[in-house]
Amino acid sequence: MEPLTWTGPLGELLNPLIRSVTFVFLIAIAVQVIATIALPRARGFNPDGTIQIHFMTNIINQGVRYSLYTFIILLVLYLVIGATLGASSLGIIGGISRQLLPIWVSMVAIFTASIIFKRRLGLYGKLFDSPIGMTGFALVIFWVLITVLAGGLDLVVTHDELSQVSGMKNKLPGTPVRGAEAGEYAHYLLGGDNLARDVFSRAIKGSAIVIIIAPAATLFAFMVGITLGLPAGYYESAPLKFKTRGFYLTSGIVIVFCVLMFAIAPIDIAILLTILSLLLIWMLLRTAVDTVISFLANLILAFPVILLFFLLVTPEIVKTGLPNYMAMILFIFPVIFFGVLLNARFHTRPDIRWWIVGGVTLILFWFYLSMISEIDSPVYILPSFMDAISLPSEILVVFVSVVFVNSPTVFRIVRGLTLDIKTRDYVAAAQTRGEGSWYIMLWEILPNVRGPLIVDFCLRIGYTTILLGTLGFFGLGLESESPDWGTTINAGRRLLSVAPVPALVPALALMSLVLGLNLLADGLREESLKD
Amino acid sequence: MGMFILRRLSLMFLTAICLTFVVFIMTNLPPNLEKLAKTQGNFRMSDAEVASYLGDRGFNRPLTIKYGEWLGVVPSYKIEGRDGKIRSRCSAHGPVKDNTINYCGVLQGYWGQSWVFKEPVANVIDKRLTRTGALMFWVFLLMIPGALILGVLAGMREGSKLDRTLSTATITTTATPEYVSGVIFIALLASSKFGLSPLLNSWGWTEKRTILKGSATSASKDMPAEYDISFVPQFLEGLWFRLIDAPNVENFLLPVLTIALYGMGYIARMTRASMAEVMTSQYIRTARLKGVSFRNIVLRHALRNALIAPFTVIMLQIPWLLTGVVIVETLFNYKGFGWALVQAASNNDMDLLLAVSVVSVVVVLLTQLISDIGYVFLNPRIRIS
Repeated sequence: MEPLTWTGPLGELLNPLIRSVTFVFLIAIAVQVIATIALPRARGFNPDGTIQIHFMTNIINQGVRYSLYTFIILLVLYLVIGATLGASSLGIIGGISRQLLPIWVSMVAIFTASIIFKRRLGLYGKLFDSPIGMTGFALVIFWVLITVLAGGLDLVVTHDELSQVSGMKNKLPGTPVRGAEAGEYAHYLLGGDNLARDVFSRAIKGSAIVIIIAPAATLFAFMVGITLGLPAGYYESAPLKFKTRGFYLTSGIVIVFCVLMFAIAPIDIAILLTILSLLLIWMLLRTAVDTVISFLANLILAFPVILLFFLLVTPEIVKTGLPNYMAMILFIFPVIFFGVLLNARFHTRPDIRWWIVGGVTLILFWFYLSMISEIDSPVYILPSFMDAISLPSEILVVFVSVVFVNSPTVFRIVRGLTLDIKTRDYVAAAQTRGEGSWYIMLWEILPNVRGPLIVDFCLRIGYTTILLGTLGFFGLGLESESPDWGTTINAGRRLLSVAPVPALVPALALMSLVLGLNLLADGLREESLKD
Repeated sequence: MGMFILRRLSLMFLTAICLTFVVFIMTNLPPNLEKLAKTQGNFRMSDAEVASYLGDRGFNRPLTIKYGEWLGVVPSYKIEGRDGKIRSRCSAHGPVKDNTINYCGVLQGYWGQSWVFKEPVANVIDKRLTRTGALMFWVFLLMIPGALILGVLAGMREGSKLDRTLSTATITTTATPEYVSGVIFIALLASSKFGLSPLLNSWGWTEKRTILKGSATSASKDMPAEYDISFVPQFLEGLWFRLIDAPNVENFLLPVLTIALYGMGYIARMTRASMAEVMTSQYIRTARLKGVSFRNIVLRHALRNALIAPFTVIMLQIPWLLTGVVIVETLFNYKGFGWALVQAASNNDMDLLLAVSVVSVVVVLLTQLISDIGYVFLNPRIRIS
């Protein structure tokens, strides 16, 4: 079998075309950039007030526009021809486009539906008014669809991402698979890596880990940040008063905790914890809750992310069960958040209050227990038949550390927004109505800061993706054979100057996803500012 | 002002204490100690041997005592090991000599002994930090002017074609983490089989097999003993060697470019936002109506006010660069501070790790302090109360 070229026999026809168009486009862009400094704008005004169109600038702008359009049309042509005719006529690009056919169909369907109904879809629909937002959305939805269709339904991949085929080690893109049987895909579309696995299938499969963990971890970080940031920004006075019920309750908890520590921990640690607890109570009596949480947040923020990862995400630390204990603390926040959210809304409706609040909290609490409880870990609370979610320990440690790193920043953002919003009139109105403070925080302030939070959520998913890649790059957390992008880059970087493709493909994949998220955030910000 | 700095410095001190204690707890967890014993002794040690190895070196004592020793407020241990030698922290966990002192911690200026590099931690940090300093010098030289020029050009006419082009470029660089851009650069410029190098070589434009080197090891070499440059004063020769002589375009451009690009995008976007805001302000409109040329408005009127906000951003960007430094030094094999961090962390070299975290925490908090103080000086409308 012949190895595939990048663009196959049809490429000889199309390649010179796209090459010349690219050349013209780049030249036009360069000329335009110089022209914006040297020449006047395309549209100016004559002394009598009529519009004057500047000839040269206009021509340059038109040149850029039309060469860009031609370029995009040619690119689409490549993909369409590739998707219909496949690898035999358009080489590797054709083969990849053919494999991605389900993705193209779904993307076209989503875009058509969204553009038709965009006026009825709120902020999401407005995204389709800005080209930047649309580009970002296209990149993001591309990877989401790949995760769903390739990770869930096994549609796109050509080979198993873990199986090794002898003789395919570090082979170039388009190499035919040695001894491929009928029904198997005949080529390694993007070559083989240093363990003779298919680079294309690994990059496709690797998206699932990022696409699932990054938004989920960001969501948890937002839960932590919001639950702590709202009260930190809202309350101004000390949360505890001397000789009140809250004071006795807190003191009771602290005393029980200290006694427990004296029983199980070494004596010096127990003394230290007792001093810290007393300090905490004293702080809560003297200053606002903001001081305590902000100090802790700044403490985490002062710690370099990379050092934290190296300390937290190692097999030795996993052995001590520290990630499980951290998960116990971090994962409780969504339960608290939703419990308080619903309670604040429904505490005036005694007829349904306990059904809704209690029911939701119980279900979430069961999810919480099944997330933190794992067999063979120190936290093994729930019997295995009730354990709905079973996270492998290496995923858990990555997840927990990423949430831990992101939470303080989200906390700072929410706190800052709350400090700004709480001076508004509608908050004062709610206070005068006698609403509870949690109702004001969660149902008056939070909905009004959703704009900046949604934008930051998009950006933060991108940042979390970069963090996950960093972890993989240092070989921390996930197993070395895992197909996720960071780990694959790490495996490929050792042979980078000889065989760059195995590292280059996941690198570009990661970059395109993060770029998509950044553009999406930019589009959302632009569109939400227009209101 | 004096009170403000004093308060911030004491907060910094408190933060450093808390964080080093956390690092201390983490590195002294039993599995980590076991790893240390096995990497320093041998990997086939039995549990009893591990216990006696750790016991001889004073690791099996309460955590707070050990931390006190590291701080230098508790006298160092003196334990007679099972082999009959008396060891102490002050003799680098080796046999005690006559002149061994009792207190040796940070307060006494002793940072401990590195297990990996087999030399005092202070020496390791000193040597590695100078190398990273050289890297950062070139990064800043490239990044800050580049980012400011891009940001000002994009922000002076918001929404123009130039703005759109530059904004797209800066968004792309912020979406490209160091390990991605580094990989792309090496594949494009430093590979003998792919990218531009074989192309230019076949055209006969270059003699070398690769345009640039994919490794910066040669830029981190030690200064030769007979190193002497006639036109540079003696005391500056070390600096000259580290900054100018050892690094060259071939081995240093790619690492510098890799770090600079990621940071550049963010600073440029902030500069653009600040510039765009200034350009809409009243006094700029007044200047325009007076008939000042656009060039003069940008350079004389807007620029100074537009550069206040980026100053803070640049200062706060420095801690973020640390992650980039670690990635780039690993990728390009440049033996600096980040490389030492990776070595220390993967071998649980606790004294070195503690020193590394002290350095990074001080860098983070000091840059925050400088950015706050600098902001006051740059912006006379702000007063610290």
